[in-house]
Amino acid sequence: MRNKGRIRFLVLFMAGLHAVVLFAGFFAPYDAKDQDRDLPYAPPTRLHFKGASGLHLRPFAYAATADADGYREDRTQEYSLRFFVKGSSYSVLGIFQSDRHLFGVDSPARIMLLGADAFGRDEFSRLLFGGQISLAAGLLATLVTLATAAVIGTISGFYGGWIDESLMGVSELFLSLPWLYFLMGVRAFLPLHVSPVGTFLLLIGVIGLIGWARPARLVRGAVLSARTRNYVSAARGFGGSDLHILTRHILPETFGVLLTQAALLIPLYVAAEATLSFFGLGVSEPVPSWGNMLAALQHYSVLVSYGWLLAPAAALVVTSVIYGMLADALQPRGS
Amino acid sequence: MKYPVRRAIRAVLLLFGVSVLCFLFTEMAPGSFFDEMRLNPQISPETISALRARYGLDQPLLVRYGRWLMAVAHGDLGFSIAYNAPVAPLLWSRALNTLLLAATAMLLTWVIGIPLGVWSAAYRGRWFDRAVETCNSLLISIPEIVIALGLLALAVRSRAVPVGGIMSLGHEELSTLGKVQDFLRHLMLPTAILVLAGVAIVVRHVRSSIVEVLDTPFVRAGRGLGIGQARLLFRHVLPVAASPAISLFGFSIASLLSGSLLVEVATGWPGLGPLLLEATLARDLYLVIGGIVFSALFLVVGNFIADLLLLASDPRIRTGGVDAE
Repeated sequence: MRNKGRIRFLVLFMAGLHAVVLFAGFFAPYDAKDQDRDLPYAPPTRLHFKGASGLHLRPFAYAATADADGYREDRTQEYSLRFFVKGSSYSVLGIFQSDRHLFGVDSPARIMLLGADAFGRDEFSRLLFGGQISLAAGLLATLVTLATAAVIGTISGFYGGWIDESLMGVSELFLSLPWLYFLMGVRAFLPLHVSPVGTFLLLIGVIGLIGWARPARLVRGAVLSARTRNYVSAARGFGGSDLHILTRHILPETFGVLLTQAALLIPLYVAAEATLSFFGLGVSEPVPSWGNMLAALQHYSVLVSYGWLLAPAAALVVTSVIYGMLADALQPRGS
Repeated sequence: MKYPVRRAIRAVLLLFGVSVLCFLFTEMAPGSFFDEMRLNPQISPETISALRARYGLDQPLLVRYGRWLMAVAHGDLGFSIAYNAPVAPLLWSRALNTLLLAATAMLLTWVIGIPLGVWSAAYRGRWFDRAVETCNSLLISIPEIVIALGLLALAVRSRAVPVGGIMSLGHEELSTLGKVQDFLRHLMLPTAILVLAGVAIVVRHVRSSIVEVLDTPFVRAGRGLGIGQARLLFRHVLPVAASPAISLFGFSIASLLSGSLLVEVATGWPGLGPLLLEATLARDLYLVIGGIVFSALFLVVGNFIADLLLLASDPRIRTGGVDAE
């Protein structure tokens, strides 16, 4: 099937992106918190092949120096791009430590592929490290939502009766909430100044728990149709317990719904995290996330003068578009 | 029971549920507006507890909720601690700005969306349809925050439209016509963002329901009778295919107050959104609760209107054959 190849390609692409973000410490030349106060809003570093000493195969960069009109390259010394360089130490998943980075240049030159922010921090490194927060928030919040939805939807569809009616009533309540307002309200009632880890978990909980209603209804539908199948009646006739029938025969039927919902929800939740952090209600400085990196652009002067700071927006677009295509490919096309 | 009555009861129950949820969350909140005062050595603990008593924050949850409910029944949404003013008028003045923005955007969205949807259904599979569909997929997947920032950057750089706020600095000196013009110019950017973010969904909905109807025999009969393409599409097909679109329209009405939050904050439009964001950051409880309940009221009323519209337009619901879900 053509669709299958397409799904495989999209999943592979997505996995690659996530891997780069997961190993941000390796792919990023600097730490997310490394500041260079001499280079605020430095433009992206340009890589050259042609220098004073002729053509080079290995690209090199010049150190940036600030003068009255802005930044210019200091052409006296060439710093060639080097791979697997030693730099700041980092840990991957908190398990193993390293200080090797994929690429870098010797100091005093700095390689900033996407320029620098107000504190002279490398935007590219922050983009990768910020992706860890944003993507993890999206993925984990989706997990929370789907787990809640699966439990509630299954109970509702399987047992029916007053349980079903009351659960679906509550789901309608959640569906009709103005969710962004509600998200903000809930966030308002929670402590404003907590550790970054605390905020992160709060965000996941809040975002994840608000969206359970729609997937729960879909799961309920799948369960309802699975419940009437002959093999379920047969299993019941053989004396299968509720738990056995649920786990063996009914839950597998809901898998497709959950998968499609995941592809729809992840980009939505990544954007939700970005929006909340943009408002200053999410993970706070100096820990980067795509949302709080974009918050710097609330000043119009920054937005216009330093276009490279829009990089997190581009990352959001790529994530959303790929997940959107994945959701499209997963969804059985009715017509 | 009659369909509208059933729906109305459900709407009231929903509002009730939203307010209960709000109060439950305030109870779970560890902080309060007076926390920062406590750090100030010049304010005695007695003063703070007196203030808490004055705003009724020392009462148990049930008492507070009961009092609040009674007050709401009298049209009083409580008292904002930060603004030192009643919540209801505060919300109203901001809500009007939000409504102006959102209603304009909604109107434009539908005026653009319906013809695009109808035509792309009529030219199914041809280049026009495919181009529209590509744009749709893109617009649907791009997060609103990115659309907002992108258009903002364009607007600030090109200086074609004013950015930020609702009026220019010298607004007071302008003539009446000038005032309206100035307002409209400020309205352009946030409206454009909202339209871009919303139009794709409308086009998709309209297109898919039209496509379904185009395959029915009565359309072929109409073609056979020699009815022109435009008349056939807009006069005969559109009304039959309107039901899903009307549901969506109700949803649009419902989210009039709450849908533009992000755009308002990003473009500095003085609507409900920025007010609520400030209230959130200041932990101004009753203002936040009032704002949420207020926008939930709009949602519920909007859904109710959608139900009534559906009832009026689709005889299948009136006879009870189909539930309007």
